[in-house]
Amino acid sequence: MANKDNLLVVSSSPHIHSSNNVSNSMRDVIVALIPALIAALYYFHFAALKVIVTCIVVAIISEYISQKMMKRDITIKDSSAILTGLLLAFCLPPSIPLWIAAIGSAVAIIIGKQMFGGLGNNIFNPALIGRGFLLASWPVAMTNWTAPFDGVTTATPLGMIKESVVQELPSISQLFMGNVGGCIGETSALALIIGGLYLLVKGHIDWRIPFSYLGTVFALTAIVGVANGEGSWFPLYHLFAGGLLLGAFFMATDWVTSPITKKGRIIFGIGCGLLTVLIRLKGGFPEGVCYSILLMNMVTPLIDRYTKARVLGGVRQHA
Amino acid sequence: MNMSTFKGGTHVPGYKELTQGLATIPAKIPNKLYIPVSQHIGAPCIPLVQIGDEVKKGQKIAEGKGFVTAPIHSSVSGKVLAIEKKQHPGGNFVNCIVIENDGKEEWADTVQPNSNPEELSSEEIRKIVFEAGIVGLGGATFPTHVKYAPVENKQAEFIILNGVECEPYITADHRIMLEKPERIIAGLRYKLRSTGCKKGIIAIEENKLDAIEKLTKLCELEENIEVIALKEKYPQGSEKQLIFACTGREVPVGGLPLDAGVIVNNVATAVAVADAIELGIPLIERITTLSGDGIKKPANYLVRIGTLFSDLIEESGGFTGDIDKIISGGLMMGKTVFTDDIPIVKGSSGIVVLKKQLGVDGKEYNCVRCAKCVDACPMFLEPTTIVKLAKRGLWEEAEKNNIMSCIECGSCVYVCPASIPLVQYIRRAKLAIGAARAKARSNGGKK
Repeated sequence: MANKDNLLVVSSSPHIHSSNNVSNSMRDVIVALIPALIAALYYFHFAALKVIVTCIVVAIISEYISQKMMKRDITIKDSSAILTGLLLAFCLPPSIPLWIAAIGSAVAIIIGKQMFGGLGNNIFNPALIGRGFLLASWPVAMTNWTAPFDGVTTATPLGMIKESVVQELPSISQLFMGNVGGCIGETSALALIIGGLYLLVKGHIDWRIPFSYLGTVFALTAIVGVANGEGSWFPLYHLFAGGLLLGAFFMATDWVTSPITKKGRIIFGIGCGLLTVLIRLKGGFPEGVCYSILLMNMVTPLIDRYTKARVLGGVRQHA
Repeated sequence: MNMSTFKGGTHVPGYKELTQGLATIPAKIPNKLYIPVSQHIGAPCIPLVQIGDEVKKGQKIAEGKGFVTAPIHSSVSGKVLAIEKKQHPGGNFVNCIVIENDGKEEWADTVQPNSNPEELSSEEIRKIVFEAGIVGLGGATFPTHVKYAPVENKQAEFIILNGVECEPYITADHRIMLEKPERIIAGLRYKLRSTGCKKGIIAIEENKLDAIEKLTKLCELEENIEVIALKEKYPQGSEKQLIFACTGREVPVGGLPLDAGVIVNNVATAVAVADAIELGIPLIERITTLSGDGIKKPANYLVRIGTLFSDLIEESGGFTGDIDKIISGGLMMGKTVFTDDIPIVKGSSGIVVLKKQLGVDGKEYNCVRCAKCVDACPMFLEPTTIVKLAKRGLWEEAEKNNIMSCIECGSCVYVCPASIPLVQYIRRAKLAIGAARAKARSNGGKK
């Protein structure tokens, strides 16, 4: 009876918790982006590094200041601001003026995240809000591409397809390795796939979103390719070029802004795929990943509402 | 091996290696036992003895009224010292019959072996099970005879004996499957006979391979008993998940296992049934695992009902140091208690003593909609959605989201990266909804 006077702790079950926490998960996503980071530094050297550091630093400062002003707990330690800054930098051109990158990063954090109530309450993917804002505000700076290594002005593979200058297209292997013009972290398909698989294995993302997204883009572009007699390269370029892999593995799978139901995730992925192909083939931009995901973020609550699972032993219900 | 399981759930560390290999040892019978009059689901029993009375081992000392009840027996011979309130492992204070053990171990006259158990009718079997005070020993303590009672228009086809034991640390059922497999099968046979079920299933999680092998071998000659190995996943031992894994059937919302044609019992309950029918022994002892990082010598004890937690802890060499929590039951669904001055009851499958809290910092963060709780929920609910509604007191909306189907297994809390105490919010909301319903009923109820 050692504890007669010294009462024990009582608490409601369960009395054990997994080691999951938000910071660990965010850090793991950052780890998953390291292959793409290495590729970015390899191809775009110091230009990429400057943009990446700027975006991350501004993201952290923006988070700190806005949380201070809104009298919220400071959560810069959870690494989510670092992740947002990194993701934003990855979808900017290496030649972007740093002040534009900084504005994008501040918009991503302040408008995309904190003004909605902070992590967990944002409707849109913050990094994509930043990119979307910059693309609408400084379209020229946002579409000024440089070639890997030498920094000479070039066009992106998707841009070449859009302008029908397919004879200049890089080879599939160049595209897969990332030796093409494009955004800082988007060029190397290989690096992004490695990172995506890491996230899948670690259980941070569900396979449903990336597979339905990539599958939809591949299937649709294959059909269009066959219909237009473009040949087998067409769907592969659409799969590996542009921001699709980064978007499918790292942006569309954002916990906060994607559906929580399993069926919903498949619908979400298919929706992203449809919109991406539509924008790429019929829209004014060569690339549509950013806007597709933002548009699908918007309907996430609706998807969740209509894809509720049937409770075990119950009949299907509609909200 | 192609193993069945249910959908959803999570993987929880087992910590079973501490005691799974240790044979059950009979715990020292204390000088004083505190036998609570409430050890089952249903109204408390009324004592049949008075202070000063001599009692014998196995003598009925309390019984209840109505159908959903189970009588209580003295686990030793001796003298009634007092009838006093004491804290129950369930948390509340309950009348306990305090018996001074005279050490003579004299059985009551009512405890007589049955010379011809094979000729008992199903009604006689139910009566013996009732009189022996047998309740579900997995922890829910639902009176066993009620489960066997015939219900109009409902015929059970399967009896599933639950040997899953998915709670961390606890190995009581594992030990009984290794040590008394014949008794489990004998108990199951009586159950099959008394209910007219066509098939008996013994369901065991894959982490207890030795028990699976042993029981499978013993069941080779049994025509209508099958051992099913189930995947190691929490909460595999939960009734609805177990039924789905073994039969592919779903218990309808708001229904009972019988609505799916199934009766579920614990393996230890089957042993108690066999003992009652063949030997006439009522439920006065059980196997309890005492484990956790806060205990010097974790062990599986065969312990008399009414023994105090502190008696067992002393027998195990005491605590390893400053302890934080004592949990009556398992880590996932057990209840913490204020002190160790608490009696072991029929439902005490385990006592876990923890030195420190495992991985909980207590701070709750914003939900990040990761949906890990949705993926883990074995009832296919959306814990995060329900909790957001419950936090705002939107009970009706929470009910529409099937809050009442929550089995409170704790899987959602275990996986939540934001450390949100989801099931705790849900529990509170369920209580409020239950109270609101009761109030609506009492306010006329004519609506």
